[in-house]
Amino acid sequence: MKIQLEIKHASVAYADKPVINDVSLELEAGTIGCLLGPSGCGKTSLLRAIAGFEPLSAGEIQLQGRVVSRPGNTLAPEQRKVGMVFQDFALFPHLNVGKNVAFGLKHLPAVERDARVNELLDLVNLRHLRDSHPHQLSGGQQQRIALIRAMAPRPDILLMDEPFSSLDTELREQLAREVRHLLKRDGITAILVTHDQLEAFAMADKIGVIYDGQLKQWDEGYNIYHTPSDRFVADFIGQGVMLKGEVLNSQQIKIELGIIDGTVPAGCKPGCPVEVLLRPDDVIHDDHSELQLEVRSRTFRGAEYLYTLILPSGQDILCLVQSHHSHNVGEKIGVRLEMDELAIFTKGDQ
Amino acid sequence: MRYLSYWSISATAIALLLAAPVLVIVANIFVPAGDVWAHLAATVLQDYVINSLLLMVGVTLGSCFLGVGTAWLVAMTQFPGRKLFEWALLLPLAIPAYIIAYTYTGMLDFAGPLQTALRELTGWGYGDYWFPEIRSIEGAAIMLALVLYPYVYLMARTAFIGQSLCVLDVSRSLGNGPWRTFFTVALPLARPAIIAGLSLVLMETLADYGTVQYFGISTFTTGIFRTWYGLDNAPAAAQLAAILLLFVFVLVTLERISRQRARYHDTSRRHQELRRYQLRGINKWLASLFCSGTLLLGFLLPAGQLLIWALTTAGEMLDTQFFSLLLHSLGLATAAAVLALITALLLAYARRLQPIAPIRYAVRISSMGYAIPGTVIAVGVIIPLGWLDNAIDSIMRSQFDISTGLIFSGTLFALLFAYLVRFLTVSLHAVETGLERITPSMDEAARSMSYTPLDILRKIHIPMLRGSLLTALLLVFVDVLKELPATLILRPFNFNTLAVRAYELAADERLADSSTAALAIVLAGILPVILLSYSLSRSRHEDTTGN
Repeated sequence: MKIQLEIKHASVAYADKPVINDVSLELEAGTIGCLLGPSGCGKTSLLRAIAGFEPLSAGEIQLQGRVVSRPGNTLAPEQRKVGMVFQDFALFPHLNVGKNVAFGLKHLPAVERDARVNELLDLVNLRHLRDSHPHQLSGGQQQRIALIRAMAPRPDILLMDEPFSSLDTELREQLAREVRHLLKRDGITAILVTHDQLEAFAMADKIGVIYDGQLKQWDEGYNIYHTPSDRFVADFIGQGVMLKGEVLNSQQIKIELGIIDGTVPAGCKPGCPVEVLLRPDDVIHDDHSELQLEVRSRTFRGAEYLYTLILPSGQDILCLVQSHHSHNVGEKIGVRLEMDELAIFTKGDQ
Repeated sequence: MRYLSYWSISATAIALLLAAPVLVIVANIFVPAGDVWAHLAATVLQDYVINSLLLMVGVTLGSCFLGVGTAWLVAMTQFPGRKLFEWALLLPLAIPAYIIAYTYTGMLDFAGPLQTALRELTGWGYGDYWFPEIRSIEGAAIMLALVLYPYVYLMARTAFIGQSLCVLDVSRSLGNGPWRTFFTVALPLARPAIIAGLSLVLMETLADYGTVQYFGISTFTTGIFRTWYGLDNAPAAAQLAAILLLFVFVLVTLERISRQRARYHDTSRRHQELRRYQLRGINKWLASLFCSGTLLLGFLLPAGQLLIWALTTAGEMLDTQFFSLLLHSLGLATAAAVLALITALLLAYARRLQPIAPIRYAVRISSMGYAIPGTVIAVGVIIPLGWLDNAIDSIMRSQFDISTGLIFSGTLFALLFAYLVRFLTVSLHAVETGLERITPSMDEAARSMSYTPLDILRKIHIPMLRGSLLTALLLVFVDVLKELPATLILRPFNFNTLAVRAYELAADERLADSSTAALAIVLAGILPVILLSYSLSRSRHEDTTGN
């Protein structure tokens, strides 16, 4: 596949204070990337650097093979064919919906411009609102208009800064699905910034976890969840516990729950102490299992229960069970492990 | 590098220029004023302080009684005419205090309609009865309170509307009656807002020259005039001005603190629809009576009297001289409004594009003027300009044997500069409110759609700012039209404006003749009131949507 966006060792600094430090990533044409991280981690600064609003202090950014940013040389945002969707949508209050969408199409003849606006409004089923003003729209409608306004000039890349954060939860999930469908249908390359991992999983093909200005991992959602590259990613994404273990050989590790198979990281000799990430869905409820653990507490989540179980050593593990299996606190339930991937950390890891 | 941009340099230059009059006043504290100062201190200084304080106490009582009372009724209760009073109660703002002062004098003095009617009714003659003297310190306090209470009304109304009804309901459910709830919950919660409004009222009270001069009360503003013209002692006048500034400084600090507190006293983020107390029986008519009485005394009566006078004297007053007055006033007000708008735009954009500390301070310094009395600014302007003129003149005389005379002082330049210092805040506030609506992400959205900064200015900023720019122009325009003390001191020789003429005719006891000019000022003053009431009705609309 063609590479649409390439970032090489990019750094961004405000008044000599680095906010993005040596980030490299590639995004293929037609895929959706996501920058995920806690607030203040620098993800928005990276997005704004891609858009051209922030200069780079080191490294470079290429769009379609063309260098658009490097230290001392930043192509202005208006010259780099990026579309941008803002957190507050930034619809122009003095223009109606149709004129907002047409705003970036000034280079087109009137007839074509009109056709493009209608086409986009049809895409989100809002053609009837063409003459309305932004303040007359609901939050979800404003979001859709902001999206198609950014899509209208067919940008090389669409950048979305927390595009759903001002909407309520239910609408957020529905819109995330809808937006992904739209982008995929038109083969648009996009990057969104969010602090919500479920949104990242729902929207993105590739997720970059950012912490403290550094890109910790750039990978598919599945891999981010099951094989996090370091302790921060393991902790930030999903739930889980770290269990102490001991390397037996290059294929096996012994933990309190038994011996598990998997590839042990290079450099780990037999006998070396490690920690293994155990996700709640790695622990399967099985009444016939020999391993019976006491329930310390449970949280009802609708489709499932999240049980906290006590190991003989006193450490807790989490276990996700269909909600038909209701057990009270203090009961013992049988569990077994089912781990396809192993996330193993040695002491030296952060 | 960013600290030395064009923006920061011009913002700093403007701030320094606008701060100059105040700096001159402060610097003059250290200039010896000779015997005059000792003389002032021994004779009249005490009067100035006592009279100013008495006036402030009186105006505080009056404007709080009228302002808080009407605000509570209009915000929290339902009675006949409530919607009308909501905006009409702002109308007294249209009348400058000096105009209401001599209108009431005309109505209440011995030859006025009230006393004449009283004598005809009773057959009393001169000296047979006691009648309250309007030209007294109490009278001045009442006059000022009648036209200044809307500041308190505006702030208190917003505060009452902002109070969550739940707090009031909690108080009721704990066994407090409506009156007790008002005094123990609603009033303390609104107190910071009321104090903020009151400090504006008191700043205007201290700045007033026309009323106290007309009533013959010695305060700082009249004292500065007398020292300036009567004793011809600039340092002494500046030192009196410095003491007045001290009073103002206390008020500004009070206002700033109160505004900050007011934010924390907002008890709910999302307001439910206000359920107003439905007043019944005699109470609802008493509420109507209170509001209509305030409106009658603060606006309808004086405006009506002006209209009657104007109709009887219009024939002789509407001569060519009047139209030249009109032309002077309109020209001056327009020039000042445009000048203030350009300066405000420059400062506001500097702050938006480069929100760095030096620019923020420059903007803040440039907007101090609203608190500083026109008399003080005038003295602060004329001292350095006079010095500059003398310096230029002596250089020219010694070098080229030409006398240049007065170039800056005593010209329209000095007057416009003083207006700029005094009223820049007004237009800066309007421009900044407008700019706030244009979020930075709107600029960025446009840039990401291939618009250059110039396009963005043309397509987004100008269309979105248009209303605010007009507001800024209009407000300064009307303020300049009403301004009296600075115009009196700084105007070029024989250059008259509506305000000056109205004041001069009134001072000559030609009250009826002064009414044409006064009425023109009042009519212009109604324009900003309409603007204000429009934004009030909009805020009311926002209160009730979303249910």
